[in-house]
Amino acid sequence: MARILIIAQHEDGKLNPATAKTLKGALAFGAEGIDIAVFGSQPDPVAAEAAKLEGVARVLTIAHEDFAHATAARLAPEVQALAEGYSHILGPSTTFGKDLMPRVAALLGVNQVSDIQEVIDAHTFKRPIYAGNAIITVKAPQDQPVVATIRSASFSSAVAGDSQADIVAREPAAEDPGHTRFVKLETGGGDGPDLQTADRVVSGGRALGSKEKFELIFEFAGKLGAAVGASRAAVDAGYVPNELQVGQTGKIIAPELYFAIGISGAIQHLTGIKDAGTIVAINKDGEAPIFEIADYGLVGDLFEIVPELEKLI
Amino acid sequence: MHVNNQDTLQYALAQDNGLEMKILVPIKRVVDYNVRVRVKSDGSGIETEGVKMSINPFDEIALEEALRIKEAGNAEEVVVCSIGSKDCQQQLRTGLAMGADRALHVVADGPVQPLAAARILLKLVEREQPGIVFLGKQAIDDDNSQTGQMLAALWDRPQATFASKVTLADGKVTVTREVDAGLETLEVDLPAVLTCDLRLNEPRFVKLPEIMKAKRKPLDEIALDDLGIDHGPRLEITAFEPPPKRGGGKILGSAQELVDELKNKGLL
Repeated sequence: MARILIIAQHEDGKLNPATAKTLKGALAFGAEGIDIAVFGSQPDPVAAEAAKLEGVARVLTIAHEDFAHATAARLAPEVQALAEGYSHILGPSTTFGKDLMPRVAALLGVNQVSDIQEVIDAHTFKRPIYAGNAIITVKAPQDQPVVATIRSASFSSAVAGDSQADIVAREPAAEDPGHTRFVKLETGGGDGPDLQTADRVVSGGRALGSKEKFELIFEFAGKLGAAVGASRAAVDAGYVPNELQVGQTGKIIAPELYFAIGISGAIQHLTGIKDAGTIVAINKDGEAPIFEIADYGLVGDLFEIVPELEKLI
Repeated sequence: MHVNNQDTLQYALAQDNGLEMKILVPIKRVVDYNVRVRVKSDGSGIETEGVKMSINPFDEIALEEALRIKEAGNAEEVVVCSIGSKDCQQQLRTGLAMGADRALHVVADGPVQPLAAARILLKLVEREQPGIVFLGKQAIDDDNSQTGQMLAALWDRPQATFASKVTLADGKVTVTREVDAGLETLEVDLPAVLTCDLRLNEPRFVKLPEIMKAKRKPLDEIALDDLGIDHGPRLEITAFEPPPKRGGGKILGSAQELVDELKNKGLL
């Protein structure tokens, strides 16, 4: 039977939503136990949050000041030390997980299963390759630990369960290798919902024409309670910072409702949204590829349509 | 935890002896970025027959950055390497035409999974003693995004993944990384493994005279068996399938119609 350890991602004393999605994926493994490890300078509030989630047996807290901004080089040996006794070590397929988990896998002497989108059984998974243009079924060896990342867009969030998991404090097992130093983190700011996990997302493209005019997207998103995204063209044109980019080379998302406004629909953008529930496209070019995957399309001037929608909602 | 300073020492020693820094850039031959890939009708793999092949675009960005570091006087040599069949020498020649000084080809038949690739690269690192190994953040064929991180682990050296800005000074590299929350900056000691994101640079176009010149640059073949790599354990791919298609949608006549449709679906 599988014994699973999930490495929690968290920021500012809160669990990153990708962690609950990783847990949801883990629940499909048929495991006999799922533990969550929280590395942090002050892991307790995060651990308390994690302990409430469904299906969690134990939350392990590992506290050290190094973990305030821990690098993969600092964390990987810690995870390796914790891995003893677990059949599976899972992380979210975010930049955090993508950075850390392959380093853990190499220390454990296995390949990683990247971006699991569907769990067949505890050792058999489906994952996308070629930017989602093909799906493969992968079998991991039974006699080795499985190290994997879970694709957030493919799973809903695990919710609070009936019981409270035990919280167990563990000591750090490794030391700072000293060769990798955190300098700073600059966030684009914005008060809206998190793009990666929002139920509603409104994205704007190059057709917005300028940084000033892109404000229209922020207003409309604000009205809807939606997160704001953008096409690569809009990011490259400097309308918005790059962490808002949706697509193969940006964020791959699966909101319930997605608005693509002034986005023609390059393959790399479509790859990032094809798991969305309902896609609405607004574009003046009726032949734009975005309409091929949109559920609802409006052909016309976005600067007329969007304000009209705003009034109607 | 064993703290590995030996590589740092060895590297510092090489610097003291007047040996300038070398950058190793692993490149992968993949189906070209612009090709719409298709799953074979029998589900046995991806259609690659007669399909245009190229350097993995992220690796090309890594190579461009390595060349710029060299051109700025911060490195002496850029070495490209690839693992695969004879065919990947085409991509190595392209790398040489872009400006790499020489190429290493680890001749291997059949797919090489990330852990084995990292073990092979570690062997090359031991031979070449580079200051930086610069890779793409992922290959656009298998989308694994593992090899760089694994090499850093096996080498016990720093990793700075998803780099969008790289600055070298005083034997250290400052790297701005594209992370979910925004931009993170790390400072790492050399030698180190870097992987690049899309926005790091725009690779140069190769000019015809460079292609001619590249034919005369050294390209060494290394037999995979000579490296004594452990290939296990491997993941087994048991099926390929095309992604589910989205159904055709409706073009609506007005904003009001859209709002009605979304309300009917309970989305507003």
